[in-house]
Amino acid sequence: MYALPAAPTPAPQRQTLVGMALATVSIVMLTGGMLAVWLVQRTEALDAGESWLPDGVVIPEVPANVMLIAFVGLCVFAQWAVWSAKRGDRGHTVFALAATAVTALLIINAQAYIYADMGLAISDGIYPAMFYGLTGMFVVLMIIGILFSAVAAFRYSGGRSQDNEIVAAHAMYWYTMAAVFTAVWFVVYVTK
Amino acid sequence: MTTLETAEPAATHAEPATPVPGPGSAHHPGAVMVQPPKWLSSTDHKIIGQLYLIGGLLGLFATIAVNVVIGIERIDGGEVTFDDALSQLFDAQRVGLVFGTAIPLALALCVAMVPLQLGARSIAFPRLASLGFWMWLGGLVLNVVSLIANGGTLGGREDMVDLFIASLALMALGATATAGAIATTVLTTRAPGMTMRRVPFFTWSALITSIAIIVVMPVFVGTLVYLFLDHRNARAGFGGNEGIYTWAGWMFTQPATYIFAIPAIGVFAELLPVTFRKRTPARGVMIAGLGLISVAALAAVTQQNVQRLPWSGSELNVDDLGTKAEDLVPYAFFNLLPLLGMVIVILMGLVLAKPQKGVRPNLNPGFSFAFFGYGMVFVGMLGTVLYAVDDLALQGTVFEEAVLIYIVYGAVLGVMGGIAYWAPKLWGSAPSAGKLAPLALLGVLATVLASFPHYIAGFLDQPAGPVYDNDDLAIWNILILVGHALMGLTVLAFIGLLLSSNRTRDDERNAAGDDPWDGQTLEWATASPAPGDNFVDVPVVHSAEPLLDLKAARHPAATTDGSSN
Repeated sequence: MYALPAAPTPAPQRQTLVGMALATVSIVMLTGGMLAVWLVQRTEALDAGESWLPDGVVIPEVPANVMLIAFVGLCVFAQWAVWSAKRGDRGHTVFALAATAVTALLIINAQAYIYADMGLAISDGIYPAMFYGLTGMFVVLMIIGILFSAVAAFRYSGGRSQDNEIVAAHAMYWYTMAAVFTAVWFVVYVTK
Repeated sequence: MTTLETAEPAATHAEPATPVPGPGSAHHPGAVMVQPPKWLSSTDHKIIGQLYLIGGLLGLFATIAVNVVIGIERIDGGEVTFDDALSQLFDAQRVGLVFGTAIPLALALCVAMVPLQLGARSIAFPRLASLGFWMWLGGLVLNVVSLIANGGTLGGREDMVDLFIASLALMALGATATAGAIATTVLTTRAPGMTMRRVPFFTWSALITSIAIIVVMPVFVGTLVYLFLDHRNARAGFGGNEGIYTWAGWMFTQPATYIFAIPAIGVFAELLPVTFRKRTPARGVMIAGLGLISVAALAAVTQQNVQRLPWSGSELNVDDLGTKAEDLVPYAFFNLLPLLGMVIVILMGLVLAKPQKGVRPNLNPGFSFAFFGYGMVFVGMLGTVLYAVDDLALQGTVFEEAVLIYIVYGAVLGVMGGIAYWAPKLWGSAPSAGKLAPLALLGVLATVLASFPHYIAGFLDQPAGPVYDNDDLAIWNILILVGHALMGLTVLAFIGLLLSSNRTRDDERNAAGDDPWDGQTLEWATASPAPGDNFVDVPVVHSAEPLLDLKAARHPAATTDGSSN
């Protein structure tokens, strides 16, 4: 065995942040790929002279817009957590993380309202299957985010208050989700 | 802090005391101690890598068996024996080659070796890497179940078709999880002093593949979500069963599959300077070559089965030039750029292979496999360049299958080269170069026989299915069958050699030693086999070849020339 000189203790490598950056790339590609297939199918339907939205179906725009606005608040809460964690303010950090999770729950609630209001049966054609596929994937990602907020809050309140990186990674996740929803909102709820 | 005393009191008698079983003891009468095997939940990257390796080799054997059955079906081109299971056989072939063989074998080598090459004590997110393996394995098992139970793209049982789609998504998510761990390791856990330019070539290839997987697999999963929901419900927009391959088949065609062959090319690039005992000049050029192959990832995310070139020479005129350029640019970008990357790698190899006075090549057991693996992947890429030209009318023939087999079997040979080269670090034993070289020749013969006849048959218009009406084609199909059988034999013999050298590793003559191939990179600085946490001390590096630096300091006369970064 070669005796290479031992290095000093390596500096922190921000592993969680880098891992989260890669995860956000995955999320963007997942949503981007789904939106691309959505647009291809929509174009084909319109080119064939068919209507893309099933007859009689109205997309409720108010809850969709509320979701978009809620994401602004959600990002503010996530950044508040980062700011508080940097200052070592445990109370504010945990409160901001909890507020992020609650706002995310509100967004899921709005999505559930849209499902109920539209009353689409998934077996009614290509649009409902794709609508539930795309927005369902978004809801799954929201649930993962809420679990992430809970883990970050419990770790922080449990005494690992020096670990600011997970709070920053948590914020990065929600910024990505905000970008993802903006794209979904424009394609699904605005251009329809 | 409270410390619980668990030790038994020392015996006071002169006689050796018989241990009295305590409540927590494994010998307690009536106690049932069920301990899961250590490897089941291990977070040691070497064990996770070996699990992927075993899974990949099993997948390879199963795929070879499927290829042999398809080969038997094609011998006379007439009556089909397995008519009911034909679509499942072809699904098993495609899924087996890509998800059952190429992906797990590529990830196996990356997970097992990347932290060692970086001087890291462990892989980043080891539980994520492990979870990725179990998701992949679960997906593979479910995929096999669905195919056996009349599932697959054209399967007759609807729930099994759904299971087939879901299992593909599970395998894709598993591969993404493991790729995330590998990429994070390369980006964050390098030894002090190891800048990205000093990262070994194989690790670079692992990073490129991992990022490609992270980019490509989510797109594949998203498509599968739509296909699953549509197939389970309306079947209105994706063409039902037939639509599955139309919409998700791009993952099983070229150039998308190149991304799983990049680690095999990385092994070749890694072994070049070791074999020719030189420092690599202009490392950036080699890294750029490896990176160019990853253009395939961009080809994959466009979700096209073929990057087609609808060119007709007779119509080439000034008026059509704009249209032709529109076709030519994506064709050249996605089919020729990866090939250019391969050319750059081999040119760098020629620079390193230039004879130098007093320096004899160091023929290690992995090089022959890695070299032939590179060659086979290269021929597969050349095939893709031809396949995409519409005017050659190769689409829909067996040519496409031949290209896929060239790429995957080539990648398998490259990975086998890596396993032979790094066997000392994984198991402490070194397989004999003399025995492995003829096996590599057998492997290349097997790959050529299993693919090249279908290049010829493709030009002779043999359709992709099992039936053809031209009797002259039979000979090519018999050769294909022989090729697949020989590939099975090669892999079996390779495993036999590894096991045999492993069994005799305690014999001093067969013990590998810590640096048996005169290595240049950090993994050769630790013991063979590598201990659980890889390195006693995290080493500091000052160049891309830290071990050469050390050897040069000890024996200045024996140093090799060349610059380093």
